[in-house]
Amino acid sequence: MLKNTHIKAAVAAVALAFAANASAAEGTLDNVKSKGFLQCGVSTGLPGFSNPDADGNWQGLDVDVCRAVAAAVLGDASKVKYTPLTAKERFTALQSGEIDILSRNTTWTLTRDSSLGLNFAGVNYYDGQGFMVSKELGVSSAKELDGAAVCIQSGTTTELNLADYFREHGMKYTPVVFDTSDQTVKGFEAGRCDVLTSDQSQLYALRIKLAKPDSAMVLPEIISKEPLGPVVRQGDDQWLNIVKWSLFAMINAEEYGLTSANADDMLKSTNPNVRRILGLEGPKGKGLGLDDKWGYNIVKQVGSYGESFEKNVGTSSPLGIARGVNALWNDGGFQYAPPIR
Amino acid sequence: MAAHPSSKDNSANSLRKIWFDPNVRALVFQIIVVIGVIGFFYYIISNALFNLEQRGITTGFGFMNQTAGFGIIQSLVEYDESHTFGRTFVVGLLNTILISALGIIFATILGFIMGVARLSNNWLISKVATVYIETMRNIPLLLQIFFWYFAVLRALPSPRQSAHIGEAVFLNVRGLYMPSPVMEAGSNIVVFAFIAAIIGSFIIAKWAKKRQMATGQPFPVFSVSAGLIVLLPLLVFFVMGMPISLDYPALKGFNFQGGMVIIPELAALLVALTTYTAAFIAEIVRSGILAVSKGQSEAAESLGLTRTQALKLVIIPQAMRVIIPPLTSQYLNLTKNSSLATAIGYPDLVSVFMGTTLNQTGQAIEVIALTMAVYLTISITTSILMNIYNKKMALVER
Repeated sequence: MLKNTHIKAAVAAVALAFAANASAAEGTLDNVKSKGFLQCGVSTGLPGFSNPDADGNWQGLDVDVCRAVAAAVLGDASKVKYTPLTAKERFTALQSGEIDILSRNTTWTLTRDSSLGLNFAGVNYYDGQGFMVSKELGVSSAKELDGAAVCIQSGTTTELNLADYFREHGMKYTPVVFDTSDQTVKGFEAGRCDVLTSDQSQLYALRIKLAKPDSAMVLPEIISKEPLGPVVRQGDDQWLNIVKWSLFAMINAEEYGLTSANADDMLKSTNPNVRRILGLEGPKGKGLGLDDKWGYNIVKQVGSYGESFEKNVGTSSPLGIARGVNALWNDGGFQYAPPIR
Repeated sequence: MAAHPSSKDNSANSLRKIWFDPNVRALVFQIIVVIGVIGFFYYIISNALFNLEQRGITTGFGFMNQTAGFGIIQSLVEYDESHTFGRTFVVGLLNTILISALGIIFATILGFIMGVARLSNNWLISKVATVYIETMRNIPLLLQIFFWYFAVLRALPSPRQSAHIGEAVFLNVRGLYMPSPVMEAGSNIVVFAFIAAIIGSFIIAKWAKKRQMATGQPFPVFSVSAGLIVLLPLLVFFVMGMPISLDYPALKGFNFQGGMVIIPELAALLVALTTYTAAFIAEIVRSGILAVSKGQSEAAESLGLTRTQALKLVIIPQAMRVIIPPLTSQYLNLTKNSSLATAIGYPDLVSVFMGTTLNQTGQAIEVIALTMAVYLTISITTSILMNIYNKKMALVER
């Protein structure tokens, strides 16, 4: 099963070598439409963001982005096929065309945006890297971690930030690097390391995977900026626009009070902003090459950003993460979508 | 001649002759295959380059000079975050070679012991060996690695409750901590004495063999060499005024500092690779011994050799020619299986270079090509060395 991940990476690399030259030119939109489903790359299982539920259906904030795109393009949010990817497989899978969109808590960085042939389509979660420690360690700040053994998942920006942070503060650490977040948690539970470091949202998600979640705590320090968002291949502007605006539609929907429950009633609304989101007036779907009901489909089938947040990671979910900086711009947060008009 | 074939027929005949000449045919088909293979690789390489360029993916090995910026738990050469990706490649490579070399040595020793034990006349010893071999051989290696790492590791105490021998050796969930030698001025002479002692014992062994051949007098090579290797450096050590001191590990903060440590990732992987491969080697050794005709051991017995002497002097040397070729395959397997290291975070080439480095740089094709080249080189080198050894050991017919 683990060997498998390497085989997948190798296969993806080989696929890059064999991929037909035409596929880049063909356009992802046409491709998805003719396939009849969206191929979406997600994590191998991170509660709240992308994780299969008891019935095997993928759920989470990142999954909802995939569903929104499927709703916009195909008119049916359920027409998504998911490919679970580890951190180190994800970019190759996207580059080689194995997936149409990567929605897997991926940090937007300069290198990734500029040299991997990828484009980031927006931010669906503003995160930062934090530390989780066992309570019995008696540590209350990351500055007390000199000499600690740290469990990390390989191939993430986390690994680099960690090195930077400890070097900056003149502290030493022992990196214990695992392949998947599951193994990282296991290593932490087995006592192989004192600290588990990851994006804060993930720490909360991983904490509930522990046998005794109460035995661990998350330290207050946040040592990096981690804007997470969906990624597409470079060179397909139309597809980039579609993914970008699917996300923006969800954020705008929250701003104007649209939800999956009231979408049908709101069709009668006189608010021009609402009417434009629902495709009743304004630019509709033409520029994106989509059906006019694309916005309506997203709101009706997936819901607004706020709805998705609350359901998957918010205070009513097992993760219990407060909106914080992920609140809308007019509510003290960073989430700001350009207007649909 | 009765028939007068025309010149046209003649040339057709010779053409046909050429066509049916096995040498010519072989040559033609080989040329076709070579052209096909070159064409195939030309196609995929140029296609890959075209695709990469079209998709705006950076190519080339320039990334090897960039700063890596991530930590690695174990490195045989100096390494920290400020070194380059080229350095991470070297660190990973050396860690792979370390685990493979250790694994090969231990698996060979254990495998020979188990192989011989399975053929033992002692019922208990042979049954223990059988159970060991059949169990280890039939459980997937990855599961064994997970077992040693997650199940056994979990049973070890935390750093503060370490099991210890005196105040020098500590065993806990973070590894086995031991004092490390600190080299001071004059210490290199001690090291030199040690090396000289080893070379000396080789010379003694050679001389003893020669003497025995000539006079029949045996010489206690083992005890003399052992004494030489221990006593000579010790003598020099005291003469030089004890230039080597020990750095003891001590609990400081969360973990032990100082001394040297065998990380549990290395230990778990080494144990799993050794016990797994040794089971296969044991079977190879058994088949090798069984391949030596029974008359040989009867002859040895009638000469008055003990069972051990017969094994050492008569049976095993003849068994080696059967053992070496499949043994080579096991060595290659062990080297390649060491890439499972990534499952438990041992920083081998696959984990460090094909894992973290690949992801930080995104240069999938370059990194994977380089990794494949490394395994190919290691395997071919092992294979060549073993073939040379095999030639030397092969039965010389007189």
